Amino acid sequence: MSSAPAPVWNNKLIKWVDDRLPIFTLMHGSAVAYPTPKNLNYWWNFGSLALFVLVVMLMTGIFLAMSYTPHVDHAFNSVERIMRDVNYGWLLRYLHMNGGSMFFIVVYIHLFRNLYYGSYKAPREILWWIGVIILLAMMATAFMGYVLPWGQMSFWGATVITNLFSAVPVVGDYIVSWLWGGFSIDNPTLNRFFSLHYLLPFVIFGLAVVHLWALHTSKSNNPLGVEIKTPADSIPFHPYYTIKDFYGVGVFLIFYMFFVFYAPNFFGEPDNYIPANPLVTPPHIVPEWYFLPFYAILRAIPDKLGGVVAMFGAIIVLFFLPWLDTSKVRSAKFRPIYKQFFWIFLIDCIVLGWVGANPPEGHFVLIGQISTAYYFFHFLILMPVLGFLEPTRPVPASISQPVLKEKA
Amino acid sequence: MRSLLSLALAAAVGVFAAGAAPASEGPAIPKRTWSWDGVFGQYDVKQLQRGFLVFKDVCSNCHAMKLVAYRNLTALGLSEDAIKKIAAEKEVMDGPNDAGDMFKRPARLSDRIVPPFPNDNAARSANNGALPPDLSLMAKARKGGPDYIHALMMGYKDPPKDVTVADGMNYNTAFPGNQIAMPPQMQDDLVTYADGTKATADQIAQDIAAFLNWAAEPELNERKSLGLKTMIFLVVLTAMLYALKRKIWADLH
Repeated sequence: MSSAPAPVWNNKLIKWVDDRLPIFTLMHGSAVAYPTPKNLNYWWNFGSLALFVLVVMLMTGIFLAMSYTPHVDHAFNSVERIMRDVNYGWLLRYLHMNGGSMFFIVVYIHLFRNLYYGSYKAPREILWWIGVIILLAMMATAFMGYVLPWGQMSFWGATVITNLFSAVPVVGDYIVSWLWGGFSIDNPTLNRFFSLHYLLPFVIFGLAVVHLWALHTSKSNNPLGVEIKTPADSIPFHPYYTIKDFYGVGVFLIFYMFFVFYAPNFFGEPDNYIPANPLVTPPHIVPEWYFLPFYAILRAIPDKLGGVVAMFGAIIVLFFLPWLDTSKVRSAKFRPIYKQFFWIFLIDCIVLGWVGANPPEGHFVLIGQISTAYYFFHFLILMPVLGFLEPTRPVPASISQPVLKEKA
Repeated sequence: MRSLLSLALAAAVGVFAAGAAPASEGPAIPKRTWSWDGVFGQYDVKQLQRGFLVFKDVCSNCHAMKLVAYRNLTALGLSEDAIKKIAAEKEVMDGPNDAGDMFKRPARLSDRIVPPFPNDNAARSANNGALPPDLSLMAKARKGGPDYIHALMMGYKDPPKDVTVADGMNYNTAFPGNQIAMPPQMQDDLVTYADGTKATADQIAQDIAAFLNWAAEPELNERKSLGLKTMIFLVVLTAMLYALKRKIWADLH
């Protein structure tokens, strides 16, 4: 995985193991000697943070599953039993519940860092694809996890989202019955969602390993967007980035724990503390905040099938980004016009999220449609055209060149 | 080109301002202060006891609280013997015994608070068709939480002239739709507090809201004190990690 020379092991036991299974050599190559650009800023902390949150979610989830009952008659009360009777059960559940939101905050920042510094461009297209697949798997996992407490929003959120598939021509209704395992959302649905919610995080973990494999093949991008060319451009991952990542984890934990201990239900909906009732529909069915931009895109198209296609298209378009972006220059640092459109696009996504949180009436309809149109305009028209027209600023010859200049 | 970004920002701000205050939300609930507000806030045990008295003597005649057990009431500072006595006032169905018969026995500490009606249909039938909701999670299941509960308790007013209140319903300023089946409950001296607190309607409404918040978040005291320790630990740890990071990176430049 690494171009660094193989280390020599002096400890006899380590050497014995390593000769048979080169696990220490692998660790040395990918977490110690691994050459990393010396100029990474703090936006590069979010990859390791995402892995950290994934591990927290796995650990808390495994322990929660020991006390959770996936049955329509018991699910809600079993969650409350975790909150009230399991030792530190409230802590486990609040860590897991807020961890979901934290995971999306971290991953969205990671993704927008990619967009800003052009990290998806050659030779990192496959690295980027795996990232997009991880995002899709995270969305599926989060959606099914939200169903498990079997509150009102769990039930009705699941109803809305699974019904999307009925928009598929001809076989739509069959697909929905197949997903439900019956003719309505009921016990079979809850059971399979629990099973898949337990399975998918391990799939995400596997994908993260492949993501890292691809990363360590092409090496990290960096704020300048020029590749590592000489040994002077890079520093070993340990101790420089291990300590920087640990510091990042510390700052992140302060943010995360603030919500866990002082505002544990900040990201949640009060309605989910009402047990699921198929006979009573809540006045507003809203998904979790991290789905709101996509929910707004879904509702912006007056046609049901069109809305579903647009919503999935909003993610699928990301797969084509390495080719939609025609610019020769990677980093927005040297792309004065793209840099501004990047921020406009970010604002557009926030506006979409805000529209998604509100009922589709009045001016929200129009704002939602305009921001949906802009979302696709940004990727499908702006990115290709800008690459040809934009006058870019001169790119430094290497990573160490501008650093040396600053010194002089 | 800077202007392009500022133009977009201005447009976004304009859009936000124009779209503020969605129409179909319930009435606005004023924010109140509670003993458990803030980082150091904890429940006031005396207030929880007063709230429990209100719940026991008034609310629990119609409302269940199925997620709370009698044993949990020790958190209110009540003695085990006192709680045993309270539990024994109610009967629960148990069995089958050795002869195979179901039998009734007084409730124990390990039982959940005994609901006033055996099932939802019985509750509806006794309440003019309306189902009094379980109160275990009320403070978490409504926007505004304890503020909402207090506002609802104090929100019974004469309806405006243009509003016709349906038969068996009551006009309430805090309830979404303004028509609620529950009749007004709060009045001065509805209960007599053992600790000498004057039982004004507003005081009773505050106390019941505090008690219901405890019922929904019994872990709050422990959560906040553990949170404070965790935060102090994390801030010190992170400061040390930052110092170490500075030291390790110092030889690079």
